[in-house]
Amino acid sequence: MSAVPSKAALAVGDVIAEHDYHLTRDTLVRYAGASGDFNPIHYRDDVATSVGLDGVLAHGMLTMGLAVQPVVDWLGGDSGKVLDYQVRFTRPVLVDGDTGADVHVVAKVGVLDDDGARIDLTVTFNGETVLGKAQVRVALA
Amino acid sequence: MPVNAELAGRSYPAAPPYLVGREKVREFARAVLATSPLNIDPQAARAAGYADLVAPPTFAVVVQEHTLAQLLGDPDAGIDFARVVHGDQRFTFTRPIVAGDELTATLTVTSVKSLGGHSMVTAESAIVDAAGAHVVTAISTLVVRGEE
Repeated sequence: MSAVPSKAALAVGDVIAEHDYHLTRDTLVRYAGASGDFNPIHYRDDVATSVGLDGVLAHGMLTMGLAVQPVVDWLGGDSGKVLDYQVRFTRPVLVDGDTGADVHVVAKVGVLDDDGARIDLTVTFNGETVLGKAQVRVALA
Repeated sequence: MPVNAELAGRSYPAAPPYLVGREKVREFARAVLATSPLNIDPQAARAAGYADLVAPPTFAVVVQEHTLAQLLGDPDAGIDFARVVHGDQRFTFTRPIVAGDELTATLTVTSVKSLGGHSMVTAESAIVDAAGAHVVTAISTLVVRGEE
């Protein structure tokens, strides 16, 4: 576990964390069980295509949930330093039954202020962003 | 049936208390691919100053879910679940959720807007602990697609 970062060592635009996540159908079923969101578009191709989707999608809340983890790790694992976290769901993450899906997260310092920092996340799948205005406010000394 | 425009400002009764279990925190942490020892190891959580395991930030959605079910299940709200898309989500914390917390969530609809034939319903669920102290507010905007 790394030491908790200090504000003085940061500048706007710094990349503070970056991580790749590989999702499979197994990941989606696990998230469905843990979260209680059993919408079948997240595990059944026939249901997903019947409502006009290209296939099974990751839960938006799974993408939101994993995208903040590189920031939590950067905070020394202490998610209690997360003051506010928001995202907009802009594009779906299609999870192929055979090959899964790869989601890439880059976390950059967006703003430094009295409380700490605003960390801006860029979350991409297949080269396109899937979350908009993904911002994490964190407390830093 | 369109979304009820009079919905803005409506509050629902508090959902039944949700007791945060240690194994539920671990299960949720694994599900969001979290690796922090504070989510898994009570000793690590105590060493960091918490009473027990710390839940990942988005765990609050599990508690919020029970209040969204009230809104979606209210026939007077006029929200057709089959047409609902999750537009955006926000969590504003006073403190993190910790295993052992008994949490009570109360939902208020803060706005209903129309945009290009769709309705945007924003709902805030204020989540408090057993002492009534604020823990986190979960805010969702649901996009209800209009009839074709």
